[in-house]
Amino acid sequence: MASDDKGFSSKEYVTHHLTNLKWGQLPDGSWGFAHSAEEAAQMGLLSIHVDAMLWAIGLGVVFLLLFGIVARRATAGVPGGLQNFIEVIIEFIDTTVGEIFTYKNKMVAPMALTIFVWVFLMNLMDLVPVDWVPWTMSLAGVHFQRIVPTTDVNITMGMAATVFLLVLYYSFRRKGVGGFIGELAFHPFPKVFAPFNLVLEGITLIAKPISLGLRLFGNLYAGEMIFILIALMYTGGVLMFGFGGVLQLAWALFHVLIITLQAFIFAVLSVVYLAQAHEVADEH
Amino acid sequence: MFNLATFIGQSIVFLIFVGICVKFIWPPAINAMRARQQRIAEGLENAEKAERAIAESNEEAEDILRNARAEGQQIIDAARKQGTSMIEDARAEARLEGERILEAARAEVSQESNRARELLRNDVATLAVAGAERILESDIDRAKHADLLDQLVKEL
Repeated sequence: MASDDKGFSSKEYVTHHLTNLKWGQLPDGSWGFAHSAEEAAQMGLLSIHVDAMLWAIGLGVVFLLLFGIVARRATAGVPGGLQNFIEVIIEFIDTTVGEIFTYKNKMVAPMALTIFVWVFLMNLMDLVPVDWVPWTMSLAGVHFQRIVPTTDVNITMGMAATVFLLVLYYSFRRKGVGGFIGELAFHPFPKVFAPFNLVLEGITLIAKPISLGLRLFGNLYAGEMIFILIALMYTGGVLMFGFGGVLQLAWALFHVLIITLQAFIFAVLSVVYLAQAHEVADEH
Repeated sequence: MFNLATFIGQSIVFLIFVGICVKFIWPPAINAMRARQQRIAEGLENAEKAERAIAESNEEAEDILRNARAEGQQIIDAARKQGTSMIEDARAEARLEGERILEAARAEVSQESNRARELLRNDVATLAVAGAERILESDIDRAKHADLLDQLVKEL
């Protein structure tokens, strides 16, 4: 299966596809893009995944422009095709959020919309054949390129962290510092076990953003990996080529479901966590 | 794999995008949708109202039609009755007229026959006189026998 004719082993191929375009301090002390996976790994704290960031921002801007233009032009009259499509999504998010989140907060539904559409667009990049963009970019002299931002754990955890910060913010605002700490300390066991409760509830609290970010990352990373492995089959002769083509189509079709579902799950769980943050216990 | 700058960068970008969506995208879109919902609801209500109005006016029109039909029937009946009575009247009148004409004709006939009888009587009288003259071959004094002749004429 190895594409030795290109001077690449399977391992190198996979590693190459899983290496971000990283900008930072090079071993010789200068600043620039890493030229190899080893160089990238050696970069210190002051480095950034340029490809993931740019694709994420670019797709986010696509979302904002698309929805922004439609929202600006939206009237109560008869909606056109694109407006209809956008409004179906907005309506869907609005209903979903309305069922989960019953408190007054004008920020939650737009946040859910942003998450759902943005994450979906980022996930959608997974359906672009794995070699197209990296190969085109390599012609332009860019060595690494990962076009699916959600296969980068930093991207998914970054979003989860923001959601977590919002959860903390609204928890403190709704319940007060004492109320929130009390909720963590006096559950599920009586007050005598407060330290124990605090540890237990603290873990529960921390587990939310971690599971939120890692779930999305894991699903997309695994999906991406399978696409890369299928792509490897294309160098294995006519039979493998054909089989690989069928597999890629099948996996892509299945993946359409996964990327939508994962985007939806991320959005809904964020709303659920925020709803819990707004929940003020009436008992005690 | 962890990269702090990417992590923090994405957190901030996410927050900014959410902010933009909250401020500039969600409100106009959802407002337009709510307004449309309101308009559609109003339109449906109006349509229902109009439908009700149509049903009402239909009923009214039917009422009017029914009344008109009944009235027409009445008029036709009255006309028929009047026609019948007129025919009756005309018939009675005609009968009367016929009787009158018949009466007049009868009177005329009788008058005519009287006159004819009178003429005949005169003629007979003359003839009788002439006959008697011839028979007697002598003059009869008209004046002398006038009374006798008159009596004869009357007897005829």
